Amino acid sequence: MSVATVENHLETLKSMLQGHGGPGFEQDIAGIAESAFRTYTPDVQRDTLGNVIATVSGEGAGVRPRVMLSAHMDEIALVVTKVDKGGFLRVWQSGGFDARTLVGQEVIVHGHEQLHGIVGSKPPHLTTPEERSQAAPLTDLFIDVAMPEDRVRKLVDVGSRVTLYRQTMDLLNDRISGKALDNRTSVAVILECLKALKSYHHSADVLAVATVQEEVGVRGAQTAAYGLRPDIAIAIDVTFADMPGQAPDESYKIGKGPAVCFGPNIHPKVFKGLQATATQLRIPYQLELSQGPTGTDARAFQITQSGIASGLVGIAIRYMHTSVETGSYNDIVDCGRLLAGYVASINQASVEELSCY
Amino acid sequence: MLLKQLTEAMGPSGFEDEVRNLLREQLSDKVDHMYTDVLGNLFAEKHSDKTGPRVMLDAHMDEVGMMIVHAEDNGLLRFRPLGGIDPRVLVSKPVRIGSEKRYGVIGSKPIHLQTMEERKKPLRMDQLYIDIGAQSKDEALAHIQLGDVAVFATEYAEIGERAAKAKSFDDRVGCSIVAEAMERQWQIPVTGVFTVQEEIGLRGATAAAYRINPDIAIAVEGTVCFDVVDAPSHGQSTVLGKGPALTVQDGQTLADARFLEFLIATAEKHNIPWQLRRVKGGSNDFGAIHKVREGIVGGAISVPVRYIHAPAQIISLDDYQASLQLVCAAITEIQEGRWNA
Repeated sequence: MSVATVENHLETLKSMLQGHGGPGFEQDIAGIAESAFRTYTPDVQRDTLGNVIATVSGEGAGVRPRVMLSAHMDEIALVVTKVDKGGFLRVWQSGGFDARTLVGQEVIVHGHEQLHGIVGSKPPHLTTPEERSQAAPLTDLFIDVAMPEDRVRKLVDVGSRVTLYRQTMDLLNDRISGKALDNRTSVAVILECLKALKSYHHSADVLAVATVQEEVGVRGAQTAAYGLRPDIAIAIDVTFADMPGQAPDESYKIGKGPAVCFGPNIHPKVFKGLQATATQLRIPYQLELSQGPTGTDARAFQITQSGIASGLVGIAIRYMHTSVETGSYNDIVDCGRLLAGYVASINQASVEELSCY
Repeated sequence: MLLKQLTEAMGPSGFEDEVRNLLREQLSDKVDHMYTDVLGNLFAEKHSDKTGPRVMLDAHMDEVGMMIVHAEDNGLLRFRPLGGIDPRVLVSKPVRIGSEKRYGVIGSKPIHLQTMEERKKPLRMDQLYIDIGAQSKDEALAHIQLGDVAVFATEYAEIGERAAKAKSFDDRVGCSIVAEAMERQWQIPVTGVFTVQEEIGLRGATAAAYRINPDIAIAVEGTVCFDVVDAPSHGQSTVLGKGPALTVQDGQTLADARFLEFLIATAEKHNIPWQLRRVKGGSNDFGAIHKVREGIVGGAISVPVRYIHAPAQIISLDDYQASLQLVCAAITEIQEGRWNA
């Protein structure tokens, strides 16, 4: 008996989460993103920096609106700065780590071979109360790959990259936890959007982009937006979910729908369009307020070429930039549906209105 | 593989059931008699009909872990440690909770929202929560009971060169070595004792040694190893890959010099590498055993464990094999009458 298969990008997401790709070495993740995009369009390209760009054409002759949906695929990573005495590795960061979250962490060292490493910690038997009251800075941490120094020197160079090791875990309420939910959940949002978009007639060309090097300063976004010059560029990036000790306006809820950003970085008509779509489709959403350039790809989009109307949506995750980032796949699906509805609402007239104030 | 199964099993102090069941299954047809006592210690007896000194091999089954003590209104769980855990190693780690081994994660505030001052201070145990994905207290308590225990979610794997990583090598290496030694045939009575509650004060071994009242006791332990970059020689305790570590003095024991010399002579005779454990802190079950009844002679043989009591620990597989060899060589020497107290 044949069973209709429900297309779901959860497995694609999990393979991206368990894959490895920090700023500047996103190739493995780019490969997964590219094959997933190819289920929606044969037109998939890569630009000079390594951004993956998939074009899904809209309907109709003549000039069509161009809407860019962009999610960065890089994860925060470390880079080896020294192979120290005994073969222990010293590191610095590509992207912002809280060094306190690295102690005792398992990592993958991308040397000439992939090596499993552990960030060392001094056992409580040997630490003084004074030592326990200090949090070690990143420069004091070391990675142990459990092999003799001469072999480490053959396999690892200064400059070798290091990423977190974490198997993805399922929690209650369809929540998933692991590393790199920032921002591969947003690549999954684009895939869910493309899936939802198949049930619409849309005149806009959709430029689905997985960008590189966001974590070191939205670099991929800058060249991707320049090269594509879309009419509207929407960044999809994660935002902060609530936990004790966080400000109320930086505490969105997991499972309560995507966060839609409002503020000077966001074109007011793009925001209103997203809000109207959510209301119309009865998709729950949360209002995210920002007061300056956001820490996302939208920061670059807004001032690319002569300016691009920018938007920002994303799901809320807890424990951002740790190896136990936690979010909900339901939010990813809702965010994808919201974007599909918004894209379908765009026509050439609405694009022309973007410059009318 | 027994060591993989043992390290991935859940067994914080007082909750050693899964480890005990694994060991019982492993040894049931390889020893003469197995039983448990009122504390939950597991005894595996062999050759009790033979004459000669009665040897007790000890390894503790428990590991450091956590107990869930409260559910917050928002569904996050509060916990307290079972045994000695530095809260600094808990941040950003997954755990498995209760008999269902449900996943939970210990997260922390995103770096983006922290002040520079916050980043310099370690998070205290009372600032940490376990997140199982529950949205409310009621939902959390539908899946978790207060009093459920949790352990690190680390998987066993061989890494690097002749090394392995896992949680709870302290003291599943000892359990595995004692189990392997008990599978062999001996000419004297030997009892393998797998104890409970070592991490909260050598509790199980105290009662177990009283019951067995052996002529000689050897505790097999995973011990502190910090032979890492920038650690001064006197602060390393042991060196990975240099063989089993023998105790001179620790927090609970002044080694019996005669038995220490016997172990060293045995290692030398059988070409087994050995080293001395070079810190005073820490202890093992022998610290309790030697004070039981009128006193019991013996000592400890320890496998060096880097990052002991942390989620991901490292041992050398060569150290594991050498420690097993030394345990077996010591029994051989004893049964051949070369130990004369």
